Amino acid sequence: MLNFLARRIVQLIPTLFFVSILIFSLQQLLPGDPALVMAGEERDPAVIAQIRQQYHLDQPIPVQYVYWVKGVLSGDLGESLRIKVPVRELIAQKLPVTLQLASMAIVIAFLIGIPAGIVSAVKKGTAWDYGANIFALWGISTPNFWLGILLIFLFSIKLGWLPASGYVPPWENLRASLASTIMPAFVLGNAIAAILMRHTRSAMLHVLESDYVRTARAKGLSERSVILKHAMRNALTPVITLGALELGTLLSGAVLTEQIFSIPGFGKLVVDAVFNRDYAVVQGVVLVTATIYITLNLVADIAYILVNPRLRG
Amino acid sequence: MSEAALSAIPLAASDAELETPSRRALRRLLGRKGAVAGLVVITMFIVLALFAPLIAPYDPIATSWTLVRKPPSALHWFGTDDLGRDILARVIYGARASLLAGAISVGIALAIGVPLGLLSGYRGGWADALISRITDAMLACPFLILAIALAAFLGPSLGNAMIAIGISATPIFIRLTRGQVMSVKVEDYVEAARAVGNPPRRIALVHILPNIMPALLVQATLSIAAAIIAEAALSFLGLGQQPPSPSWGSMLNAAQRFLSNAPWMAIWPGLAIFLVVLSFNLVGDGLRDALDPRGR
Repeated sequence: MLNFLARRIVQLIPTLFFVSILIFSLQQLLPGDPALVMAGEERDPAVIAQIRQQYHLDQPIPVQYVYWVKGVLSGDLGESLRIKVPVRELIAQKLPVTLQLASMAIVIAFLIGIPAGIVSAVKKGTAWDYGANIFALWGISTPNFWLGILLIFLFSIKLGWLPASGYVPPWENLRASLASTIMPAFVLGNAIAAILMRHTRSAMLHVLESDYVRTARAKGLSERSVILKHAMRNALTPVITLGALELGTLLSGAVLTEQIFSIPGFGKLVVDAVFNRDYAVVQGVVLVTATIYITLNLVADIAYILVNPRLRG
Repeated sequence: MSEAALSAIPLAASDAELETPSRRALRRLLGRKGAVAGLVVITMFIVLALFAPLIAPYDPIATSWTLVRKPPSALHWFGTDDLGRDILARVIYGARASLLAGAISVGIALAIGVPLGLLSGYRGGWADALISRITDAMLACPFLILAIALAAFLGPSLGNAMIAIGISATPIFIRLTRGQVMSVKVEDYVEAARAVGNPPRRIALVHILPNIMPALLVQATLSIAAAIIAEAALSFLGLGQQPPSPSWGSMLNAAQRFLSNAPWMAIWPGLAIFLVVLSFNLVGDGLRDALDPRGR
């Protein structure tokens, strides 16, 4: 176990190195003089010179990279050029909102995806199975921004039940907070529910054919106990770790969902930064997302080993 | 035993022998209702895109101040938008941006990903280590966020959106090709090809590549679906097709502002994205089952 962990962490070092190269090289894609582009509307030569100096743009590219990585390692992700706030602070401020949305979405995804997957595997070939599969296809194929717009039309404009946009933090008013996040959370959770349903279905089908399930049935256990106690426990282990990895999908989805519901989270931060040509913020957001994803991957691997005794040792 | 019965048996057997693997896959694919429906819808949208000027009832960018946000009618089946443009015409022309983005970005991903995956999987060693770590790094950035970041830095245009989506989709193809090559290269026929003295490049291209095509084809089809959603998302954010050229994503963006008094603006472009993406997913799933050698 310790050996595995050590190997796994050592492997992360080159991955993180290439992530940093990838994100750093984004700014090399800027057409023309990066200092001019970063300055945007600003045409004052003094400002441009300051930007050039601040980002070490007058130095060779490898030197720029070293400066950038040094900053990142000491927690300095640069400064928003538009609102003059450190990128780190911006992200720290917006991330909790997205995490609230993401955790609600994950709960919704598990509540829909896992029962749907179990039912469709147990009742394979019946109308239930077809229904669940159609749901999964629908979930995978519906663009979440379209679903968001349709939900706003139905629940906010036609029925007037939920606010169309805006966000209330849970510590201010829990009810209003839930009302403001339930639609975006459903939009985000829906796509993941579809993926989880497919994983659960195939894992359950696999387990239901295994010898120990046949033994459990032969012993005369009720079908309910066979499925819920014996089959499900083994089938769900990989599904749950796979579910954890869907957080990448969640963060991607949050970009458009937050935009549509005007929720001031991480996703909206990227979009606003893109509109404002606030490149340091875009880089910071990609860096933080990649780090979160890599960490989760590691946690999922460890969790997988912890719950699966055969892999220990 | 009659003569007819005698001749029928060997004929049937030779028919089965004549069926090539790709023929068999096609027959299986066409036996699946979902995949056939998907193929029909995709063909329909390709026809719409190719012959848009002949099919569209109006000019997609002609504005009219007397026709602002009119609900669907006999003259304008899908209604008109905030600038008085015919939505049906814009949905038809919008198919061009979406299908082109799907095809070209996946083409880019294949063109970069497959050679790198072949190199990585067949050569091994330091090339594999390097390529694999770069792939890990790219996969650590969520697909859409990477595409948005690339498009933002490259600058907003349909061409740049396609490049951004293509690059973001590349690591999946590198990893898939590498994995497939690793499992195929230990097969006897590859061993035999090596034993008779074929150079590595020839083995990779002539002996390995054709055998990993089925897996690539399935992934490419599913990736087109993802790329079309990504293009719509980038256009929705203003990073794709630039106005006034129609694209489904930017039409939805405009629709959101007029949702309470012109909901039809939001229905049609969204439905078009949904139908095309659903169809590619159906065909991809169908191909996966049809190409599975274990299936029957």
